[in-house]
Amino acid sequence: MNRRIRVLAAKPGLDGHDRGVKVICHGLRDAGMEVIYTGLRQTPLQIVTAALQEDADIIALSILSGAHDYLLPKVADLLKERESEHIVLIAGGIIPEEDIPSLKQKGIREVFGPGTTIAEIVDYIKSSLS
Amino acid sequence: MLALKDIWAAELIIETNREVGFEMSNDNSIDQVRQAKRSWIEKALKRPVERQFSDWGHPVDALYTPDDLADSSYTRDIGFPGQYPFVRGVHPTMYLGRTWTMRQYSGYGTAEETNKRYRYLLEQGQTGLSVAFDLPTQIGYDSDDPLAEGEVGKVGVAVDSLKDMEVIFEGISLDKISTSMTINAPAGILLAMYIVVAEKQGIASEKLRGTIQNDILKEYTARGTYIFPPRPSLRLITDIFEYCSKAVPLWNTINVGGYHLREAGCSAVQEIAFSFSNAIAYIDAGLKAGLDIDSFAPRISWIFNTHNKIFEEVAKYRAARKVWAELMRDRYGAKDPKSWMLRFHTQTSGVSLTAQQPENNLIRVAYQALAAVLGGAQSLAACSFDEAHAIPTEKSVRLSLRTQQILAHEAGVTDTVDPLGGSYYVEVLTRKMEDEIKKLMAQIDDMGGAIAAIENGFIQKEIEARAYAIQKEIEGKKRIVVGVNEYKVAEKVDSPLFKFDPEISRKQIQKLADMKASRDGRKVQEALDALKRAAKGEENLMPRFVEAVREYATLGEICNVLREVFGEYHAVGTL
Repeated sequence: MNRRIRVLAAKPGLDGHDRGVKVICHGLRDAGMEVIYTGLRQTPLQIVTAALQEDADIIALSILSGAHDYLLPKVADLLKERESEHIVLIAGGIIPEEDIPSLKQKGIREVFGPGTTIAEIVDYIKSSLS
Repeated sequence: MLALKDIWAAELIIETNREVGFEMSNDNSIDQVRQAKRSWIEKALKRPVERQFSDWGHPVDALYTPDDLADSSYTRDIGFPGQYPFVRGVHPTMYLGRTWTMRQYSGYGTAEETNKRYRYLLEQGQTGLSVAFDLPTQIGYDSDDPLAEGEVGKVGVAVDSLKDMEVIFEGISLDKISTSMTINAPAGILLAMYIVVAEKQGIASEKLRGTIQNDILKEYTARGTYIFPPRPSLRLITDIFEYCSKAVPLWNTINVGGYHLREAGCSAVQEIAFSFSNAIAYIDAGLKAGLDIDSFAPRISWIFNTHNKIFEEVAKYRAARKVWAELMRDRYGAKDPKSWMLRFHTQTSGVSLTAQQPENNLIRVAYQALAAVLGGAQSLAACSFDEAHAIPTEKSVRLSLRTQQILAHEAGVTDTVDPLGGSYYVEVLTRKMEDEIKKLMAQIDDMGGAIAAIENGFIQKEIEARAYAIQKEIEGKKRIVVGVNEYKVAEKVDSPLFKFDPEISRKQIQKLADMKASRDGRKVQEALDALKRAAKGEENLMPRFVEAVREYATLGEICNVLREVFGEYHAVGTL
C-alpha cells in the first residue's frame, strides 16, 4: 500500500463515553495509521460526510449508550446511498452479543466488545483492506 | 488570595518542625525500630522481592513499621472523627450512629417503569433514590427532537416536562426520602420540576432533601453532557446556590464528581486533585457573585469512584477529607465546620467490571464496596455485575443492594470508627496521597485554575494519556485483569440481560404530544419570554425555571431559550 491507512473515528449520537475511542485513536496511530477523530455528538450524516472528505478507508464508531441499533445502520445506509461501501465500517462499545448479527446484516462489518485489544483491531483493519 | 503552593509551602515548614513520635512508647524508640527493621531486611528479605507500585506510580515498600510515621503527630495530623481535619471521618460516631445511605443508581425507559423500579427498591430496603436520566434529557433535548432519535429512554428515564416527573414520583412522598439526580447542564430545570412536584404533594421546598449533580466542569473533560460554554454554565450554578440557600436549604446544590474523571482514566490522586480544582472554580464563582462562603459551602457534596486497590482507596478518602478541610478553612476562611467537611457518595468502579465472566464482577464490587465503607462514605452505590453488557436487571440490582446490606449487618466493619486508622501502611499512604494531591492542585492553580486547565486541554490530555497507558499495560500483561488477559475461559454469556422495549420512544413522543395539546400555550410562551429576558440580564434564573415548568414548558423549550442567549460549548480538540 502506497499511503497510510486512514481511519475516521467517531462518536455517533449523544453518548459522552470517549475513553475507549481515544485509547483506540492513540493505538491505531502508534500502529502507523492516520486517525481523524470527530469528537462527540456526531450525526450519521456528519460522520459519513467527514469520512468522504477525509478519504477514509475505515470508519470506526464507538457507542456505549444503547443507541447502536438505530444509529449504526443509519451510517451504513448513508454509505450505501453515497456508493461508498468500500469504506469499511466497524464499531465497538457496549453492544449486546444478540444485536450483532442484525448489525452485520445491515452493513457493519465487525463489532468489537469490551476486552478487545488494540492489536486485534489493527489486525482486523489490515486484513479487511488487503 | 494566597496561591495554593504558598499555603502548602508554609505548612511544609511546620511539618519539618513537628514533634516526633507516633504512638511510640519509650522503651521502643524509633531508633530501635529502625535498627531492628534493618536487620530484618538483611536476614529475612534475602531474596529480592518484586517492587510494587501504587495506582499513581509511587513505589510501595514490602513492609511498613512505626518508623515510617516517626515525624507524624497523631493529634495534629490525624485527630478524631468529627473534628478537623476529619481524616478519620466527618461524623464523631460514623456508622455507629447511622449506616451509610444505600442508593443504587437507576432509571430507564418511561416514567412509569422508573416509578415501578423505585417502589421496588424502596420496598427492598433502599434508603435513597438516585435518578438516571436518558441522554436527550441530560443534554436538554425533548424526546421528539431529531437529535434524540434512538436515544430516548436508553441510559435512563426520559423527562420532557413536569408531567414525567409527576409520574416518576407518584406514590412516593418527597418529604420521606432523599433523591439524587444525575443531571448537570439543565440541573436547575430538573430541580425546579422536583420542587413543583413536591408543591403538588403539599410539601414545602424547605423540607426537600436530595442532590443535583450540577458539576459542569467534569462534563467538559470526562462525561460529555455539556450544553453551554463555561461562563454561563457557572452563572446557572451560582444562581442555584443562591436560590437554594433560602428556598431549598437542605438540598445539596452541587455534587462535584471525581467518579467520572476516574472512569475516564484518572489515577486516585488525579481524581481528587481534578475534582477539587473544579470545586475551587465553583467556589470562586460563588464568591464573585457575592455569596458568603458559609452560605453555600456546607451544601457542596461529592461523588467519588471506589476502585480496586482497597488500601489506596481508603487512604484516598482519608487524605481527601484533610486536604478539603484545610482548603476551606485556610484558603477560604470558612468559619462553619460544616463547610470543612467532605461528605461524599461513592459508586464502585464501572470501568473495572468485565464483560468476560461477568459473575467475577460480584466479587470486584464487594471488595470495592468494602473499601468505600472503610473509607468512610456517607452514601454508596454498588455496581451490578451485568453492567458491562446492559442496564442491570431487577435481580442483579438487588444483589448489589444485598452486597451493601451484608457489609452493614454481617461483616463487622461498622463496629468501630475508621478501623484501618493506625495501620502503618494506610497512614503512610494517606500522607503520600495528601502530598501528591496538593502538588497537582497547586500545578492547576498556577495555570489559572480548572477552567484554564480545561481550555488549554491539560486535564483532558492527562486523562487520555493514563487511559492509553493502562490499556498498554493490560495488553502487555503488566496489569492482570482476571478473565480478560489471564484465567480466560471460552464462554457464552448466559445470564439473562435487561431487554429494552423498542416501543418506549414512540410512547414517549406520543405522551409529549398529548401533554402539549392540553397545556395553556399562551402561558407557556409568556414564561419562556420572561426566562429569555432574565437570561439576557442578571437576575436569578431559578424562579423563572419554576414558573416555566409549572406551566408545562418542556425541558427542550427551556434549554433552547438558553441556547439562544448563551450559545453552545464546542469541545477542545486534543487528538
